[in-house]
Amino acid sequence: MTELSHIGISHFLTLSAILFTLGVFGIFRNRRNVIVILMSVELILLSVTMNMVTFSAYLNDLTGQVFSMFILTVAAAEAAIGLAILVVFFRNRGSIAVEDISALKG
Amino acid sequence: MIEALFFYVFSTVLVLSAMMVISAKNPVHAVLYLILSFFNAAGLFVMLGAELIAMILVIVYVGAVAVLFLFVVMMLDIDFTRLRDEAQKHAMVGAITGGVLLGELAWVYSQWMGARDALARAAQTAPQATKGLTNAHALGQLLYTHYAYLFQVSGLILLVAMIGAITLTLRSRPGVRKQVISHQLDRNPADVVKIEKIETGAGVS
Repeated sequence: MTELSHIGISHFLTLSAILFTLGVFGIFRNRRNVIVILMSVELILLSVTMNMVTFSAYLNDLTGQVFSMFILTVAAAEAAIGLAILVVFFRNRGSIAVEDISALKG
Repeated sequence: MIEALFFYVFSTVLVLSAMMVISAKNPVHAVLYLILSFFNAAGLFVMLGAELIAMILVIVYVGAVAVLFLFVVMMLDIDFTRLRDEAQKHAMVGAITGGVLLGELAWVYSQWMGARDALARAAQTAPQATKGLTNAHALGQLLYTHYAYLFQVSGLILLVAMIGAITLTLRSRPGVRKQVISHQLDRNPADVVKIEKIETGAGVS
């Protein structure tokens, strides 16, 4: 892409990789807090979206942007369902610690 | 020059706010940093020429998803300090995993090169290549023709998510008295209203 000749594709890919790594690290760091884990998943999906849009821009192919829209759709659905499950779980147990979720029966 | 400046500003704030998302003590602050990182990602997308994705990111993510997170964080009465205490224990495992992952990604990106016929294979070239179309226009032309079925399926996914979230969180609490119109209309005045003649000075027993 001519407009972006100053900034190489590797810059955006590196940024996306850093963001992905931060999301994975966040999942491990906040292993007990489901809300922060969901936010880390959102960060990971954001990095994937950025990858898609970057390749779409540099290869001049709009397919990447279409698929990043689908990624956004799935991410929104995932957040809604995840938070609904979280609310129900908190209503039943009074806690959102991940360790308590291992006993899901009854 | 100005592009590089904007890129570095946006990406620095993005990375820093992502760090704050995973390390903030207060989850409300974490959600606010998540919103900040979404805004910066939207700025980067505008730089990449994907204006529609950037606006969707602001509207859908900041307007809906992040507010949903904020709503849940504020609604649930969670003792976050108890959750924080043992957080540091797993940081080492996470750092090792993240470091390995970052190294792998760096290696992949350093080895990557695009296919020579990538431009020829494109389903529809970006509007920067075909002058005269805005990003939203070109994206719509592709989405409503070539990917129409996938578009329908994504709508179906959203419908399923909506139904699932409602069925999960809807509950009928026992002991809550609700207005039942049919019961109200069924009441007969002859059964429930009694008129008594009270003598003066006798009172009501």
